Amino acid sequence: MDKIISKTHISLLLSMLKTRMVEEKIVELYPEQEMRCPTHLYIGQEAVSAGVCQNLKKRDYVFSSYRSHGAYIAKGGSIKGLFAELYGKKTGCSKGKGGSMHIISKEVNFMGTSALVGGVIPIAAGTALASSMKREKRVSVVFFGDGACEEGVFQETLNFAALKKLPVVFICENNFYATNSHQLTRQAVDNIYKRSEIYNIPGFKVDGNNVLDVFKLSKRAVENARNGKGPSLIECRTYRWLEHVGPYFDYDLGYRSKAELDKWIKRCPLTTYEGVLLEKGVIRRSALDKMKEKLRREIEDAVSFAKKSPFPSVKDTHKDVYEKKR
Amino acid sequence: MKRKDSSIRQLTYCQAINEALVQLLERHRNIFIMGLGVDDCGRIFGSTRGLSERFGKKRAFEIPISENAVTGVAIGASLCGMRPIMTHQRMDFMFYAFDQIINHAAKWHYMFGGQFPVPITIRTIIGRGWGQGAQHSQSLHSLFAHIPGLKVVMPSTPYDVKGLLISSVLDDNPVIFIEHRRLYDEKGAVPEEFYSIPLGKARIVKKGRDITIVANSQMVREAEKGAKELLKSGIDAEVIDLRTIRPLDEDLIFNSVKKTGRLIVADTGWRNCGIASEVSSSVAESVFEYLKAPILRITFADTPTPTSAALEKTFYPDSEDIVYVAKRLILGKKIKRKKKERAILDEQFKGPF
Repeated sequence: MDKIISKTHISLLLSMLKTRMVEEKIVELYPEQEMRCPTHLYIGQEAVSAGVCQNLKKRDYVFSSYRSHGAYIAKGGSIKGLFAELYGKKTGCSKGKGGSMHIISKEVNFMGTSALVGGVIPIAAGTALASSMKREKRVSVVFFGDGACEEGVFQETLNFAALKKLPVVFICENNFYATNSHQLTRQAVDNIYKRSEIYNIPGFKVDGNNVLDVFKLSKRAVENARNGKGPSLIECRTYRWLEHVGPYFDYDLGYRSKAELDKWIKRCPLTTYEGVLLEKGVIRRSALDKMKEKLRREIEDAVSFAKKSPFPSVKDTHKDVYEKKR
Repeated sequence: MKRKDSSIRQLTYCQAINEALVQLLERHRNIFIMGLGVDDCGRIFGSTRGLSERFGKKRAFEIPISENAVTGVAIGASLCGMRPIMTHQRMDFMFYAFDQIINHAAKWHYMFGGQFPVPITIRTIIGRGWGQGAQHSQSLHSLFAHIPGLKVVMPSTPYDVKGLLISSVLDDNPVIFIEHRRLYDEKGAVPEEFYSIPLGKARIVKKGRDITIVANSQMVREAEKGAKELLKSGIDAEVIDLRTIRPLDEDLIFNSVKKTGRLIVADTGWRNCGIASEVSSSVAESVFEYLKAPILRITFADTPTPTSAALEKTFYPDSEDIVYVAKRLILGKKIKRKKKERAILDEQFKGPF
């Protein structure tokens, strides 16, 4: 199967599977009302974060928005830390101060997420500025949605990144909906990938449900950033299966149809890729089942760790408003 | 020969800022400064003069007029161990960056459980008079002081502006550093060495026993003038310069009020939900039993800033207002008030701003 080695295929599959299975576990448990934080699920979009992060090294920086479990997992964030955070526990990746919308994994340079749609875009450019000042050859990647492209800060950051030729890759995950509003009720033209052209930043469009396409395209963008050739913008066209926030389908709300959802479910990035790998013999059915079983156990462990973990103490409320080292 | 202590060098407020920046950039490789005007011919009213020549255009540079994005850039750089300084020539422009300042800089440390400090300093300048009008004159320091996670500094002297700027840049938290344009040319003693003044410590400018006047930034100057004038009527006022409005040095204020029993708060800003109100309510909550009179606030008129010099004189409070209010509190009766006569606020200041 072309030039991609099977190790890469397995790694991509594992990343997508892990994300999907974590999200499905959240869907199962969320109605218990114990994960008491707004949770924006990523089911249907897994190929984007898996494909992009496959090209990154541990030292590279990643930022995402509030729909960030995918990027967090693909960059190597701990799922124990994730579940504990969802349950508001002290052992959570943000010590119970962040919830689903504010997750972080300092160890793997997953640098944080923002609930304010485009809020992390310039922050990612800032890490890229620091890398370039320190000549570190790190790449910064920022994931954001189609809605973020409507915020001024997106254009402001593109200009700044071009001006300073920063090692940053802008990944737009266009899932077509901002909460319940379709892209074309908000944007005059369907051309997000073109919006960097005016700054001489190359822009690309890719099928965000095809993990190999995402992987190959972002590979070039990441290499360019690392080699001092400046930023790129990639629009990955994909689809959010579930409601904007929460564990349920929402076609009953009427803003999008079940037929539309079904069309995208048929194009599921995970089952499509699984099928290809099985067919080409990159992985055998038994190995795939084993992989799933291993993940299932890992996720069960993480949930049980999270549920058993202590809540932060009353004293923790006042902790960490300021850094007090000095 | 005039007797003059040559060891105490005199610098203007602006020169003191410049010296602090030079010394910071000299000592710490991870500090850089960016802003509109940092490297143009004006150099932020002269305060960034010589920086790009000395430290290069990678450490002192111009930015696009993208206040929000560039604030985010500063935050991002700080997450990687840099200590960025960002500048705004007027505070009004900074409001474009509310999202990055309030939603991101102030929160990043807390909401991720204390893993990433955000050591950024945002320099910004407020003013007074010379027809700055509604969108070039706002002092919304109180608004920033409302936000947990930010520190807000308002130096009033050349000595303080240097020491506090050094502390702010070396602090591990986001600091809003508010300079006053009217103070830029004022001279004062500034040591050559690299020194810092702790954030959160106010300063007694003049000791007194009859009334406490708490002030910030340029209003400290008005309070000093007022206190001098009050002495003529036998009123001995204590003047306190807040220096930082978040954290607020409550102890120093409380101790003064315990002694004097009276309090005026003079703020270079608006009254509603402002720092003058914050100081007043803290005093009322904590040392109420020492108060001999109501606490009074001296603030801007409750309007947007007008442009005409004739209107400015009623808009901006000054030492006369402080004197009037203090006398009313202490002498306990209505005093006839002289009508303000000056057509403009400060004749020495040459525009444009």
